[in-house]
Amino acid sequence: MMVAGAEDEEKWLAAGIAGLQQNAFYMHRALDSNNLRDALKYSAQMLSELRTSKLSPHKYYELYMRAFDELRKLEMFFKEETRRGCSVIELYELVQHAGNILPRSYLLCTVGSVYIKSEEAPAKDVLKDLVEMCRGIQHPLRGLFLRSYLSQVSRDKLPDIGSEYEGDADALMDSVEFVLQNFTEMNKLWVRMQHQGSVREKEKREKERNELRDLVGKNLHVLSQLEGVDLDMYRDIVLPRILEQVVNCKDELAQYYLMDCIIQVFPDEYHLQTLETLLDACPQLQPSVDIKTVLSRLMERLSSYAASSPGVLPEFLQVEAFSKLNNSIGKVIEAQVEMSILGAVILYSSLLKFTLHVHPDRLDYADQVLGACVKKLSSKGKIDDSRATKEIVALLSAPLEKYNDIVTTLKLSNYPRVMEYLDSETNKVMATVIIQSVTKNNTNVSSAEKVGALFELIKGLIKDLDGSPHEEVDEDDFIEEQNSVARLIQMLHNDVPEEMFKIISTVWQHIVTGGAKRLSFTVPALVFSSLKLIRQLQSQEENPFGDDTSISPKKIFQLLNQIIEALLTVPAPELALRLYLQCAEAGNDCDLEPVAYEFFTQAYILYEEEISDSKAQVTTLHLIIGTLQRMHVFGVENRDTLTHKATGYSAKLLKKPDQCRAVYACSHLFWVDDQDNLKDGERVLICLKRALRIANAAQQMSNATRGSTGSVTLFVEILNKYLYFFEKGNPQITVAAIQSLIELIKTEMQSDSTTPDPAAEAFFACTLRYIQFQKQKGGAIAEKYERVKA
Amino acid sequence: MNFLIGAFKPPCTVSITLADARNRKQVPLKKDNGQTIMVPLFQSQESIVGEVVIEPTQGKKLEHNGFKIELLGQIELFFDRGNFYDFTSLVRELEVPGELYDRKTYPFEFSTVEMPYESYNGVNVRLRYILKVTISRNIVSNIVEHQDFVVRNYTPPPPINNSIKMEVGIEDCLHIEFEYSKSKYHLKDVIIGKIYFLLVRIKIKNMELEIRRRESTGSGPNTYVETETLAKYELMDGTPVRGESIPIRLFLSPYELTPTYRNINNKFSVKYYLNLVLVDEEDRRYFKQQEITVYRLLETS
Repeated sequence: MMVAGAEDEEKWLAAGIAGLQQNAFYMHRALDSNNLRDALKYSAQMLSELRTSKLSPHKYYELYMRAFDELRKLEMFFKEETRRGCSVIELYELVQHAGNILPRSYLLCTVGSVYIKSEEAPAKDVLKDLVEMCRGIQHPLRGLFLRSYLSQVSRDKLPDIGSEYEGDADALMDSVEFVLQNFTEMNKLWVRMQHQGSVREKEKREKERNELRDLVGKNLHVLSQLEGVDLDMYRDIVLPRILEQVVNCKDELAQYYLMDCIIQVFPDEYHLQTLETLLDACPQLQPSVDIKTVLSRLMERLSSYAASSPGVLPEFLQVEAFSKLNNSIGKVIEAQVEMSILGAVILYSSLLKFTLHVHPDRLDYADQVLGACVKKLSSKGKIDDSRATKEIVALLSAPLEKYNDIVTTLKLSNYPRVMEYLDSETNKVMATVIIQSVTKNNTNVSSAEKVGALFELIKGLIKDLDGSPHEEVDEDDFIEEQNSVARLIQMLHNDVPEEMFKIISTVWQHIVTGGAKRLSFTVPALVFSSLKLIRQLQSQEENPFGDDTSISPKKIFQLLNQIIEALLTVPAPELALRLYLQCAEAGNDCDLEPVAYEFFTQAYILYEEEISDSKAQVTTLHLIIGTLQRMHVFGVENRDTLTHKATGYSAKLLKKPDQCRAVYACSHLFWVDDQDNLKDGERVLICLKRALRIANAAQQMSNATRGSTGSVTLFVEILNKYLYFFEKGNPQITVAAIQSLIELIKTEMQSDSTTPDPAAEAFFACTLRYIQFQKQKGGAIAEKYERVKA
Repeated sequence: MNFLIGAFKPPCTVSITLADARNRKQVPLKKDNGQTIMVPLFQSQESIVGEVVIEPTQGKKLEHNGFKIELLGQIELFFDRGNFYDFTSLVRELEVPGELYDRKTYPFEFSTVEMPYESYNGVNVRLRYILKVTISRNIVSNIVEHQDFVVRNYTPPPPINNSIKMEVGIEDCLHIEFEYSKSKYHLKDVIIGKIYFLLVRIKIKNMELEIRRRESTGSGPNTYVETETLAKYELMDGTPVRGESIPIRLFLSPYELTPTYRNINNKFSVKYYLNLVLVDEEDRRYFKQQEITVYRLLETS
């Protein structure tokens, strides 16, 4: 059906063009022979083709353009005719003898154009007559094209300042009046178009109608091009008249298009000065008009106008652009009850961007906008429209982008209240955006209060929000989010320890509510941040210990204890243990023995009670040993207790090789290079010997269970320990002991039951080469090695 | 042979010449046979002065019972063809009975002739003026020669010329108000007006203004009425909405109008009407007819 329609249309168009061309041919002949009467007759017949009702606007336009070209020639002819002495007034009458109104009107406009040029009558009178006579065409499509033709031919003939048809001020007024009237009539016709034809084709018709909109809009363009239309005239006459038409036409499509058109064609400064008038029209538009886009565009234009030249900013202040816009948006939202939350948010978003651009110093404005937004949102509850949430994210991101500084944003008291209306998913997204802003700009959030506010903002990431059902969260996403929170925690800094401590406490108060899953991400960051503070205190020597008013490391450690303890509920014993060790080390650095001891104790308890996995035991044990080795704060007794425990744990490991390794590692606990009081060679040897025994036992066990003695790696490792302590000058490590160990390894390696292990062999070979190397190096060490045969 | 030919030839030639023939305006007149000839134009109260030349055929004498010239104003009704009603009849005797041998010129004058009616050539009626020269003869038939002329009478602009203003409509369907600036128009006048749509509930397709001529002849039961549409002038294309006003500007000059004739000699009338026609999409026509008076304007230049 549609296809057939299109085909028919093609046929009609072709027929129309053919008829037009035929009459144009006769018209040309008449023109060539200067036969005015025939020229008029055939031109009227030619124009009769435009009387068709069968064509769509698109096709009609094609036909119109052809007629338009022909009319240009006719106009030339009329001009010559008047030069030959034919009175233009007579011509003007003559064309009106045509019986059909459409050809008559086209001809009248054509002669009218010549009439104005001849200056035999004031341009304004002719124009007035033309625009009036065109009323006869009430058919929307034909009327629009006719009036568009009128607009076209009269464009360069409007009396204007500086034009050759310039008249007095009244003449300019008449031009404006003429264009306005033509505009009004065209708009009426355009609006009326929708009521034509069947309801079934409404959609198609609206589409066609949309195609014609520029015919109407062109009038506004013509107005904007008139030199004489200055601000006063625009404000007092042009704009009110246009708006009157826009409002009165009560048509969605037209109102939207025309509002947009006004905003686009007239200069920004006019808009600024007439803001009130323009905005007052907005609430009067049809509820279905997409006014948000219109206003957004207006604000966009004004923003860029403000941006283009800083000199105009006072103007903005002078006309109170912001409060006007703000008021108007409020009214629009009130008036358009149907407006979706999305629309409202878009409006606020635009307004916010506008105020950020134009009044970057007026945070209160931005806050007002957000406040209004909150008010609107509060009537709707949580938002479930995904586009609206997206728009809110954009709204909330705007200040971040503008100020590049979360601190400024935090001053917006309504900011978090807006966030509350986001669903938890979007809330998280927004929180991430905020964190990214902070990290990207290296913003220093330097007071506890601000940190509190900041964490309030990003609480979507910090804890599970009330009432939100536990949706499936992608694990990777979750990790990413929590990592960003951790990064944020690391960013927080204040040089004043007291404040920094407050910051840490604040952060802690927030993250402690985060639940098990989050703590393991956030706690380490906070712990390390606190440790950093401790070190900072440490380096500031002047900090008097024990001063209650000031912040002391002790206080921090107390807090740390609390923090790490929270991990136990996760449970994340390994992590907690590592952090305890870190804290212990920090305690060590601060010379706080009880603190360090306490943390160690906690670590040990964790080791004993919580860490059951043998692999984990091995790792943590090595960590304990490593940390303990570096401790220098402990007194003999404490140290003994701790080392004793550590060696005890070592021997209790499950696998023999692990036992062996842990035990020889323990040997270091008794020999600390830079501490003379900690050089207990005997106990080192005991450890090493014990390690050897265990290695042996491991060999035998392996022999018994698998029939092969396994690797000699352990022996080689122990040998290396021997060599280490030998070099360090442990008197208990003798050449003989080393010698015998080397022999032992050699024998083991040659033994039949040993499974060849290239790695171990290489290791051993390297060790031997090291001994040779030390011998050759000369000096004290070489002398020591002299007696070692290898 | 010569005698025979002479017997059938008119024995003389008669020609009528007007004194101011050279300067007098000539207007076209359609004759019965369809040809158009140019004839002199007069108006009432003018004097018709001229001369009649009678020239007997070479070598013949003309016996006659006298010559006379008549000025006749006649009305001819087509249903009664051949019967002329002379409403004006003036006679001038030119010659007493006798014989004429040579060409002779007779001047004549009808001074300030009352010619109240205009020449008119309608569908069913014709009003004409002629100068008729009659040579009366015995036995043989009279020799008659005609000269047509046209009379047009000019009127000054009417002192009272009200506009025509009227509201018409079909209840709850269509209400319009129209206004023509005048009720009396001269022949080259322009009809200016406006149609104002007060209520439109039907889909109007277009609107036109017709000029109709109504010629009625005869009287009583023998009245014949003939209506012609002289002009169809489209005023509007498309469907107007309430509140729309459509301008009218119709130049009368292209149309062949005559003045309005009211009850000319109790024989006929010619009246003009403006007929406003609205056509809806189903081609139904709604119309309202208004009489206008057409007059011939006395040009003062």
